This record gives sequence, structure tokens and C-alpha cells, in this order.
Amino acid sequence: MDLLGWWSDYTLRTVALGTATIGATAGVLGSFAVLRRQSLLGDTISHAALPGIALAFLLTGTKALPVLIAGAAVAGWLGARAAGGLTSVTRLKSDAALGVVLSVFFGFGLMLLTFIQRRPDATQAGLDTFLFGQAAALLQRDVVAMAAVGAAAVSLVALFWKEIKVQTFDPGFAASIGLPVARLDLLVTTLLVAAIVIGLESVGVVLMSALVVAPAAAARQWTDHLSGMVVLAAAFGAVSGASGALISASARHLPTGPVVVLCASLIVVVSLLAAPARGVVIRRARDRRARRRFGTRAVLSDLYALARQHDDPEHAHAAAVLEAMSGGRSGVRGDLEELERRGMARRAGDDGWFITDAGRARAERELEETS
Amino acid sequence: MRPAIQIEDLTVAYGDTPVLWDVDLEVPSGVLAAVVGPNGAGKTTLMKAILRLVEPAAGRVLVEGKPYAEQRRLVGYVPQRGSIDWDFPTTVLDVVTMGRYGELGLFRRPGRRERDLAMEALAEVGMADLADRHISRLSGGQQQRVFLARAIVQDARVYLMDEPFQGVDATTERAIVRLLRDFRRAGKTVIVVHHDLQTVEEYFDWVTLLNVRVVAAGPVQEVFDEENLRATYGGRIAFAAPGGPPGDA
Repeated sequence: MDLLGWWSDYTLRTVALGTATIGATAGVLGSFAVLRRQSLLGDTISHAALPGIALAFLLTGTKALPVLIAGAAVAGWLGARAAGGLTSVTRLKSDAALGVVLSVFFGFGLMLLTFIQRRPDATQAGLDTFLFGQAAALLQRDVVAMAAVGAAAVSLVALFWKEIKVQTFDPGFAASIGLPVARLDLLVTTLLVAAIVIGLESVGVVLMSALVVAPAAAARQWTDHLSGMVVLAAAFGAVSGASGALISASARHLPTGPVVVLCASLIVVVSLLAAPARGVVIRRARDRRARRRFGTRAVLSDLYALARQHDDPEHAHAAAVLEAMSGGRSGVRGDLEELERRGMARRAGDDGWFITDAGRARAERELEETS
Repeated sequence: MRPAIQIEDLTVAYGDTPVLWDVDLEVPSGVLAAVVGPNGAGKTTLMKAILRLVEPAAGRVLVEGKPYAEQRRLVGYVPQRGSIDWDFPTTVLDVVTMGRYGELGLFRRPGRRERDLAMEALAEVGMADLADRHISRLSGGQQQRVFLARAIVQDARVYLMDEPFQGVDATTERAIVRLLRDFRRAGKTVIVVHHDLQTVEEYFDWVTLLNVRVVAAGPVQEVFDEENLRATYGGRIAFAAPGGPPGDA
């Protein structure tokens, strides 16, 4: 099939809008999944949806997206409930239960998919696009339906905002004030299923969970407010979804899922590194500054102590002496140079240092503060 | 006067291990009551069973004479500080405001009134200047005081507090004690899971010694003695002889 031939701006717009909707919805619900430490749940739901898609096709013989998605939703939801059930009935921990459900459902789904593709009447179904996603196949009416589901999911989150928030933050307390925590939990899980299944055709069952976890994890880096995190996750999700779909649509046979994941990962990496307050780069720099500050302080007080033992205020002491005084810590020379820049120490000769009047005043002030 | 809490024949089991066995307990109204016992004695489970956070195998709980389900509004809960994720994206004020959520009911958003109440409560625990701080940037004692402020705005008649004194600084300990006494003066009942046997007599009027079963319960002067403590802790205990200085072992 000549993909490029029938593409037009109109199609690209449909694709971009559709995947942006998917990403935004996944970002919102993903925020709660991440905060509940249920990042794996998204993975399980999306993989568990596969047999639902295959069974929906086998039972109805149609490839109409709403039918397949309905099948996906039922299977994904059952998968999520099964994992919950396994943890309460058996001694399996949550991650193991999620893993078991994921592999059983996904394996069953792959088996059904193989069976469908071997059938002689093979319309070939094209169901295998559900594995890695093919956003280029999005139709406008699909996008409208997805937007409706996404908007409904996000509206319900807004409607039950404070209940979902307190239940996510402190479930015991939430139950104690009479909130129906079990039903809220069911609501959030169901909305997560909805957010995931609308993305399965475009992004694929294998990688859809990336759109659940990555935007939320990235958003958490930039803000300390739940509302800010959710809005930002929606934005990151929309950008990842749309840019991933557009890139994959502009290259031949490039499945959408992996490209979307790459876009989302880029946002995560930048956020982890560069976000203010939580970013690795900033934290490193702050730690270094703090260490340097403590270092220069200690060296200054050592210089001050040495100066008090000598009448000559410009009596110089070797850097090695100061290093010994700080217990052989490296970086003492750097601290001395820093003090020199700030006018609190001066160099005398090759390797000698003494404290200036400014340094003396500063050291006395710090001594007062700490005593 | 009706007891604040009446527990009858309460049994809770995880799997086939009983965690609480046939617990009968009455806590009179208006007292500060400690629940003490060794690790694994079921103290936290007792709290959770009263609140129906765990399903008991048997037994019932009455709050001011009626089943808990009808009296939920009267009961405030302060969970263990360590039971939640303090990296959750929210501020001190926001957490305290959650104390009003039960009263607000579904769909209604907290407004100015809730904000004012929360600020008052924060002032009471000496945290007014930290209202806008993110909760991950609090010390352990400050975290505990945030939980207490949330309990204050809840304005319950009976409070269940799970180890509020665990790992807090002296300032916070004093703030908690002051708050407990304020609550008692206001006629409220507070049941506190407590670890520090040294302070039981100073802080509390009533004590329950628990080790899966209730070993003893009653006014501190009557039941908080060496014999009951040995029965509760199985003789592996260092404690202060009642009224005397702290002993070694």
C-alpha cells in the first residue's frame, strides 16, 4: 500500500489531533497511576487488552475500531481486576500479580492473533498493527470518538478531584472520613483502562504504557502541586503523542509506538536532568556549591586560627599545613583560591597563604554565629 | 455517660494467624487513653479494626453507644506518619484542608472557610509559617504536626492516633501533649498507640495493655503496674516502676 500517496495535511492533522488526545488523557490518568505506585498497572492493562481485541474480531467478524476497542476495554479491565484479585486472594505481591496477568493475557492474545492470521479467509485483519501501533490509520470519526472518551475520563477526574487526591495521598485517612475508597479505586482503574484502550490502535499494546508513565514521571520533576503535575503531564503526553505520530507518519513503515516512546523518553530525560529543584544537574550543582561553601568556611577558620598564633598578620602558611588541618581533604587549594577571589586570603610566595583583614572579620563573624 | 468506644468480642486474623483475639474494651468519654504493647501486639490493627479499615472476623464496635458505621463522622484518625508517601506533590495547607473533606461531602470544593480553619489549626501546632511549604521539605516532627493540624480541623469527638510520638523532636512532643490536653478539656476522647512506657503516667489517664488479647485496661494508676507490664511484654521489658525512677531491666 502506498502510504504517502493518500496522505494530505488533513490526514496529518487528524493523526496529530488523535494522538495528542491519547497522550493528554494518558498523562492525566497516568499521574495518578504513578503517584499510587501503580506504574506497572498501565503495562498490564494494555497487554491484557490484546486478547480482547482478537476475541472481539473473532466474535463479530468486523474490524470496526469501536468494536475492537470495546473488546480491549473489557479484557484490560478484567486484567486489572484479576491482578487486584490475585493480590488479595493469594500471597502474591502486587508486582508479581501484575506480571502474571500481563504474561498470561498477552500470551493468549498473541496466540489468538496468530490463529486469526493463519485463517484461509485471511482478511489478514491487520490486527497486528495493534502490537506496535499505526497512527496513520486513524480516521476522523475514530478521533472524535477517542476525544469523547478522553474528555469524559478527564471530566470525571475533575469532578472527583478532591476525593481521588486524598485517596491517592492517604488511603487510610480517606476511608476513615467515609469516602468510598473501594469504589473510587474502581473508578480510577476504569478511567485508566479507558485512557489506555483509546490509544491501542495508534500506539500499540506493547508500548502504550510508556504514555501512561513517562509524561507523569517527567511532570513530577517540574512541580510540587498535584494540579500542576496533572496539567503538565497532559501537555507532555499530548506533545509526545502528536510528535511521535507525525514523525512515524512521515517515514515509511515506521510503527508509531516506538517513536512515541522515544519522544516521551526525551522529555523524561530532559526533565530528570534539568528540572529546577529536582533535576540531577541542578542538585549536583547545589551540592557542589554547598560543599564548596563549607570547605571555604573551614579553611578560613583554619587560617584565622593560624593567624592568631602569630604576631605577624602576614605570616604565610603552606597549603599543605591547611590540608593537614582539614584532615587531608582534597579541594583545600581550590578553597584557598576561592577565598583569594573573594579577598579573604592572599598568597605569599609559591605556596604560602595568609588571611586578610576582610577574611579575619568574616571568620570572627562566623565564629560568633556558631557559638 | 456513654463510653466513647465500646469493643465487644473483636477478633481479627490475617490468614490463620489471629492478630487480635476476643478483645473487649471500653474507653470512657473524655479520657486520654494509651494503647501499649510489644511489636506485633495488634495495636495498629486495633485502630484499623475500629475504623473498619480491616475487616474483623468477629465482634463489633460502638462509638458513643451506636455502631461505628452510623457514627463515622465523630471519629478522627491520625495514621502513622510513615504510612504515606511524603513526596506526594502537595503543600502543608492542602494536607490540613483534607481534614474538612468529610464534612464537605462529594463535589464541593474547599473554600475560604476551610482555608481559614486550616490556618488556625496550623497556628495551634506552631506551623503557620510553613503553610505553603511542600510536604517533602518537613522534618519528621513537622510532618506529625501537619497530621495533627488535619485532625484539629476535622473537629471529631473521638480521635484514634497511631504512634504520634514516634521519632519526633522535643518541640513536637510538647505540642502533641498540649494538643491532647486541649482535646481533653474540650471533652474529646483520644486513644493513642504509644511506645514510650516512661511517659504513659505523665501523658495519659487511661491505658490498655495489649498483646493480641487485652491484658489489662483501666485508669493508669490502677492497671499500669509491673505485673501487668510483665504479662504484656512477657518479662522481656525494661520499664519504670510506677511512680519511681526509670529502671534498667
